[in-house]
Amino acid sequence: MQEKPKITVTTSRTRRERVASDFTFTADLLPDGALKDFRQKAWDEFTRLPMPTTRDEPWRRTDLRTLPAGDFRLPKVDEYLDLPDIPGYLLRPLVSDQHGGQVVLYPGGSRVDLDPALVKQGVVFTDFRTAEHEHPELLAKMVGEVVRPQDGKFAALAASLSQNGVLLYVPRGVAVEQPLHSILWGPGAALAHIAHILVWIEDGASATYVHEAASPTEAGAHALHAGIVEVHVGDGASLRFVELQSWGEHVWNFSHERARVGRDASLDWIFGAIGSRLTKNFSDLDLVGEGATGRMSGFYFTDGTQHLDHDTQQNHLAPHTTSDLLFKGALTDKSRSVWQGMIYVAPGAQKTDGYQANRNLVLSKGARADSIPGLEILADDVRCTHGATVGKIEEEPMFYLRSRGIPPKDAERLIVEGFFDPIMQRIPFEGVRARFQEAITAKTASI
Amino acid sequence: MSELVIKNLHVSIDGKEILKGLDLTVEQGKIHAIMGPNGTGKSTLAYTLMGHPHYEVTDGEIWFKGENVLELEADERSRLGLFLAFQYPVAIPGVTVANFLRSAINSRRRAENPDDKGISIPEFRKLLKDRMDLLKMDHSVAGRYLNDGFSGGEKKRAEILQLATLRPEIAILDETDSGLDIDALRIVADGVNALTGDDLGVLVITHYQRLLNYIKPDHVHIMLGGKIVESGGPDLALHLEEQGYDWVREKYEETVT
Repeated sequence: MQEKPKITVTTSRTRRERVASDFTFTADLLPDGALKDFRQKAWDEFTRLPMPTTRDEPWRRTDLRTLPAGDFRLPKVDEYLDLPDIPGYLLRPLVSDQHGGQVVLYPGGSRVDLDPALVKQGVVFTDFRTAEHEHPELLAKMVGEVVRPQDGKFAALAASLSQNGVLLYVPRGVAVEQPLHSILWGPGAALAHIAHILVWIEDGASATYVHEAASPTEAGAHALHAGIVEVHVGDGASLRFVELQSWGEHVWNFSHERARVGRDASLDWIFGAIGSRLTKNFSDLDLVGEGATGRMSGFYFTDGTQHLDHDTQQNHLAPHTTSDLLFKGALTDKSRSVWQGMIYVAPGAQKTDGYQANRNLVLSKGARADSIPGLEILADDVRCTHGATVGKIEEEPMFYLRSRGIPPKDAERLIVEGFFDPIMQRIPFEGVRARFQEAITAKTASI
Repeated sequence: MSELVIKNLHVSIDGKEILKGLDLTVEQGKIHAIMGPNGTGKSTLAYTLMGHPHYEVTDGEIWFKGENVLELEADERSRLGLFLAFQYPVAIPGVTVANFLRSAINSRRRAENPDDKGISIPEFRKLLKDRMDLLKMDHSVAGRYLNDGFSGGEKKRAEILQLATLRPEIAILDETDSGLDIDALRIVADGVNALTGDDLGVLVITHYQRLLNYIKPDHVHIMLGGKIVESGGPDLALHLEEQGYDWVREKYEETVT
């Protein structure tokens, strides 16, 4: 019997554009209010800047050509009332038994609670639109100081069109004991959730702040988050800042974040990323004052076809500054992660100590992790070390665990938990660790 | 009494035959020692009994408690009651000894009853403390990452702690004496002796006779060229100590080559 010749015809269903389509937002969407001028300038940047392409160095590994930019619209006032409500567990305190204040941002609305004792001390913790009405001078003094609209297309978008956000202001010398908690709840399809988070810790003040972004997955749909996170930690101040994202797997997530840490001030910055379809996150640590210290700890776990790209920068801009970055990620299915990090030591920033490490555990053949460390040192009396690894689960540890009666799935989970343990050790909050543990359990179940 | 029965076992690794028809029966409650020169297949036997995926069984049978062991995965063999103390235990960074042992115990319980909630923390703590005391171990080991940064002696003692906690019916000790100084050797041997009795059968695999000064075997076997060529009582080990392996090689060279 003769076999028929086999003919395979492959066609591409999606037309590949050479560049991503641009957004279709218009200038009449710019909100009025105290930040009108700031927004207008940002808008000019936004319209001036082209969509990033893979020819732009920071975007080399993150391709936006399938982003349906023209499909997104801003949520209408009170739109959240027609959308899935925020689940109760997201509202519970994460880092203590209770919180000193909570801000919940919804599409087209918000809810704010703050302990009156903190209000009396001059602490401001509210949503961004309320802040524009109630604290215009404060806001005008601080906004755009740390993250500038010209930092990128999405920074400009967020600066100009932010419908909402959070302002946290802690006055000089005030120690906020109870943690503050905000949640950006972004359900819905085709919506653009645009948020501006501004954290300002004055000299000698201290606070613990948790910000979380989340949404349920809408199969077959797209949604957008563009955000700015700007953080100022004044001289001698300290901030513990936890950011978690568990966006639905239909969300295109972009954020520009920068923390500026002053003289003898300290920042403990924790990132947890398990959601979104695609993430491009720029997180910069600027150590601007002598003796400033910053620690960045990142946890990510991707599955399905998720693509998470974290771009970190540790800028030592003054002498005697210390930075310590550890990002650890695990990947399954056909997911992909990118970490690209840079330690920069400015001329004259002597006696600095910079450390960065990125470790990846690839759990399936189809997953891929890119890890690109970098150093740029323009001072001569410094100590900078870095490391980057991409590994997989080895056969011998698996056999060892199985030889003790542990079934393969549990053995893998145990190894993954062990892999993440150094990150867990850096997180002083049990609730956050528990959240990461849940993510590990859920994402390893599908291996 | 359970018996581990090995019949005519042939095992290859990367296409090269290492075990060439090995027969052995290890009874619960008895201590068997296998001695032999390096490269004769002793560790291959240990790994094969535990189901390491690199070792290919080309012929023969292994039976335990009515089960065809060759059809079972490593974790199933463990839950059936087999245990291997590794010659080179691997480090599992980030996983504490306590967490690991609790997982191993819970795996056993869940295999019995899928709805089992696992051993309670107080019950587990008590068990682990009791076992560490039996082996005269410092309690701080429970909180250390498994084998991570352990000295040679600490690794071997951690293996015996696992043996003591998991309570198998047949334990294979693969060169447990290697790399230990005489004090560490005595401590490990005391641990094994504290566990032996009617419930535990032991297969001690060793190159040197010295371990058998501390762990007294009921039966001694000499392995050469992938087979057991001589079996006898404890005297056989002493004889080897005095005479070395040369007489065995001379006697069996023709049959094994």
